[in-house]
Amino acid sequence: MALLSKKDTNLILDPLADNNPITIQVLGICSALAITAELQASCVMAVSVIFVMGLGNIVISLMRNVIPSKIRIIAQLIVVATLVIVVDQVLKAFAYELSKTLSVFVGLIITNCIIMGRFEAFALGNGVWRSFLDGIGNALGYGVILIIIGFFRELLGSGTLFGFPVLGDPIAKTGLYAFGYENNGFMIIPPAALIVVGVLIWVQRSRNPALIEEA
Amino acid sequence: MLEHLELFFKSIFIDNMVFAVFLGMCSYLAVSKKVATAVGLGAAVIFVLAVTVPLNWLLDQYLLRDGALAWLGPEYADYNLGFLSFILFIATIATMVQLVEIVVEKFSPSLYNSLGIFLPLIAVNCAILGGSLFMQARDIPTLGLALNYGISSGIGWFLAILAIAAIREKIRYSNVPAPLRGLGITFIITGLMGIGFQSFGGMLTGDNEPPEDGTPATTADKTEEKLLIKEEIEEDEKVVSYNEVIHK
Repeated sequence: MALLSKKDTNLILDPLADNNPITIQVLGICSALAITAELQASCVMAVSVIFVMGLGNIVISLMRNVIPSKIRIIAQLIVVATLVIVVDQVLKAFAYELSKTLSVFVGLIITNCIIMGRFEAFALGNGVWRSFLDGIGNALGYGVILIIIGFFRELLGSGTLFGFPVLGDPIAKTGLYAFGYENNGFMIIPPAALIVVGVLIWVQRSRNPALIEEA
Repeated sequence: MLEHLELFFKSIFIDNMVFAVFLGMCSYLAVSKKVATAVGLGAAVIFVLAVTVPLNWLLDQYLLRDGALAWLGPEYADYNLGFLSFILFIATIATMVQLVEIVVEKFSPSLYNSLGIFLPLIAVNCAILGGSLFMQARDIPTLGLALNYGISSGIGWFLAILAIAAIREKIRYSNVPAPLRGLGITFIITGLMGIGFQSFGGMLTGDNEPPEDGTPATTADKTEEKLLIKEEIEEDEKVVSYNEVIHK
């Protein structure tokens, strides 16, 4: 690790587990949950957020000494909005069907609290390289949770992964379905995502009791 | 009139900001520990949505959508500035929030003291931007309906945060498994409430069609629906007042 000092490595690794933006910091839940019914949409969302966060943190970190603190929120919003427009146009050009599925949720990356939260908490007070790593780390932590949720919801809800049937054919009754297995339609509806996140938090905090909240 | 009523109930119950599309979850989770603060934030959200959605509707109608610039003259008729909508919407919202903050501070210090601390938070509340983006995505046809949509989705958000705050105040006395305490159980409760709200789904369409492309029903159906709506609301009001009683 010649490129990354130990401190820098922690910037990337911490948000993946013990300081995860979704399960610990409670940021960025807004635009995430509704699109996790399919693994593919989750992955695209994760990649988009990694792109926006990495570049956004760089830009904000570069401008941190020239933004007057009174209007910094508007300045930050404009930077994010510009990056999100890029993502949106790329998606519309190269993955039109997918951009229809994600609909307004691409736009809602703008108000994703992770992005504003990391701008405020980190990029406004740190150098460019460290801000970039922090952005990538947090976006990865967000992406990991998104992909885990997407994995379970698509597997249990539709019996597919990335749209490919992995548990057999539910109509022809092959694979698992031959033994009377049924898809759990409950996993497809939006509220299931919340329950999956709740269970994830439960598992994580059981494994690491230091994270348990005082009631 | 009927379409106003339909949109009103649809945005409160069926397409509820929190339970159906997960908007504004961050502040929903962060500010729902006490009923009093939840009410303050909820009121501020209704207010800001009621201002920004109609404003962004005007922007969308006369500036952004395909051919919207035709009023400038025929040579502008084939411009489509749709790609700019994110940046314009968010700029409108941030400016309006700042403006509202200044005006409220000037003219009603007491309201400012109760709403004031929440107003800056609201600029980055996804429910606000979400309101404008859904307004655009669903092609709300008139300014009146846009205003209606802003207010009613605000009320939906308000109801959601009021309910969860009341539950969280009570749940402190329950013996929740330690790792689930705080955040975990809040997620699961919200999920369960969401499932409850899903049952409003068939309310306006009268069948299992997804609410977005609900076809206009016949008049006979509509009277039935109205009765249904009435019943549902009465029930919901009971739940809310029940929560308030518990709170007291």
